[in-house]
Amino acid sequence: MSVPEQRHYLPAGLPSPMVHVDALTAPYWQGLRDGRLLVQRCAACSTWQFGPEYLCHACLAFDPPWTEVTPAGRIFSWERVWHPSHAALKDHGPYLVVLVELRDAGGVRMLGNLLGDPHQDVAIGSTVQGIVEHHGDAAPPYALMQWKVLSP
Amino acid sequence: MTGRTLRGKVAVVGIGETAYYKHGRSPDPEFKLTLKAILAACKDAQLDPREIDGFASFGNDRSEASRLASALGIRQLRTALMQWGGGGGGCCAAVANGAAAIASGMSDCVVVTRGLAQGETGRYGQSSGTPNQASDMAYQAPYGVLAPPQKFAMKVRRFMHEHGVEPAALKAIAMASYFHAQRNPRAVMHGKPLDSETYDAARWIAEPFRLYDCCMENDGAAALLLVSAERAADFPNEPVFLLGAASGSEHRGGAVPHGAPHYAGANFGTVAPDLYRMAGLGPADVGVVQSYENFSGGVVMALSEHGFFGPGEANEFLTLGNLCAPGGRLPLNTSGGNLAECYLQGFELVLEAVRQVRGESTSQAPRHDVALVIGGPMVAPASSLLLGSGATL
Repeated sequence: MSVPEQRHYLPAGLPSPMVHVDALTAPYWQGLRDGRLLVQRCAACSTWQFGPEYLCHACLAFDPPWTEVTPAGRIFSWERVWHPSHAALKDHGPYLVVLVELRDAGGVRMLGNLLGDPHQDVAIGSTVQGIVEHHGDAAPPYALMQWKVLSP
Repeated sequence: MTGRTLRGKVAVVGIGETAYYKHGRSPDPEFKLTLKAILAACKDAQLDPREIDGFASFGNDRSEASRLASALGIRQLRTALMQWGGGGGGCCAAVANGAAAIASGMSDCVVVTRGLAQGETGRYGQSSGTPNQASDMAYQAPYGVLAPPQKFAMKVRRFMHEHGVEPAALKAIAMASYFHAQRNPRAVMHGKPLDSETYDAARWIAEPFRLYDCCMENDGAAALLLVSAERAADFPNEPVFLLGAASGSEHRGGAVPHGAPHYAGANFGTVAPDLYRMAGLGPADVGVVQSYENFSGGVVMALSEHGFFGPGEANEFLTLGNLCAPGGRLPLNTSGGNLAECYLQGFELVLEAVRQVRGESTSQAPRHDVALVIGGPMVAPASSLLLGSGATL
């Protein structure tokens, strides 16, 4: 699933993730552009790891390969942000950020926005599904992973 | 660590600070503020600034040691110490690092400094105009997680969820800082008391933080002078001794973004035991605490991890009455701290702990032989420090 191009959750003008994409992080960002969520998983000891690093923190094997996972998980924590900490957010109003514990990736966590009414009630533990939000018009283009509640 | 300790080996003999300003209000640039603070600390100690031979700081302070040494005409620079890590996690570690240089014979007199002019160099509460974000911010900024309130609100939310902590506990911390600031003429919020209704009615910054749960953004500088315990008696002030110091973080405590295994914590799970072990003391020996308030919720975690209450007891312990000097069970942030005195990334808290041990605070705690400072909850590395009078050695 993906969000229509013209309906990004947050307004244009926020920082892009793309400037320092390097060999370490490029597969993650390319994966999102391709509609796939990738997480590092050590080939030697099967430990999941995110954010990416050159080394597996469990067994110290280099270059853990990227593995596709289902974008599904539970809300581990959340916040409703009111104060605009960036000029692009001035007069935008509140927005929701969730920290999602992935279901199929050893409990690693990722940030995203919670789609829907920014005033909705949010509960830790709710199951959520990931939805790719494409920013194809950005230079360079990129994609984000957003989330929506499946069951509270 | 048997036999290797800083306990009783190093003393604070002078402290000084500039006037404290709202961000953008300082008439002086950051480097000049730092020079003024150093000279104020030297005046307090009646020390010739040229006797300084070491500098220590933290938080990516821009007033670099060799420029300070040149500006001050220092005869010989021996140590130039910077604690890694952004934020206030280094405000105690910087003192510890300077003390370690003295205890090991690498320096004779170290000045620890923090100068900050957010009007000059950019506000922490606003994202820089940088259009692209490197490193861990790439995973946060596009989602609107841009500045410290958004980075830490989710940690506090999770902690409150796991332990049943009520918003009233956060409120008590904010109210205590403002209460003490009304007695402290240095405080930026002196003369601006905060009442219960105003706290409750304040706008949300990032739930669960309201306006008064968040630190200020300020301009100012502070400095603190360290010498060996043997020399401490040569100075006019009552010496304040380092009893214990520790810094660091838990297993993968710095894993970004938001990946720390023990997420709902302030990163003192390993630091506090090291601290108390070095000092040979426990939380019951501490009479007064300065605990870094980037956000009120971080203080709840930090105090709990330093053993003053279990996380499930936070609601009962954290009441305004318990936290105010002189009558409270544990006077907290007696200068007003980051919320109401001045946000110097917690370094103003270290100076306040020195004042408490000397008996010179504007909100003096009755038990002040042992004072605790806690730096930078929720960042990695964090640090904390126990200071005490000569009677504690």
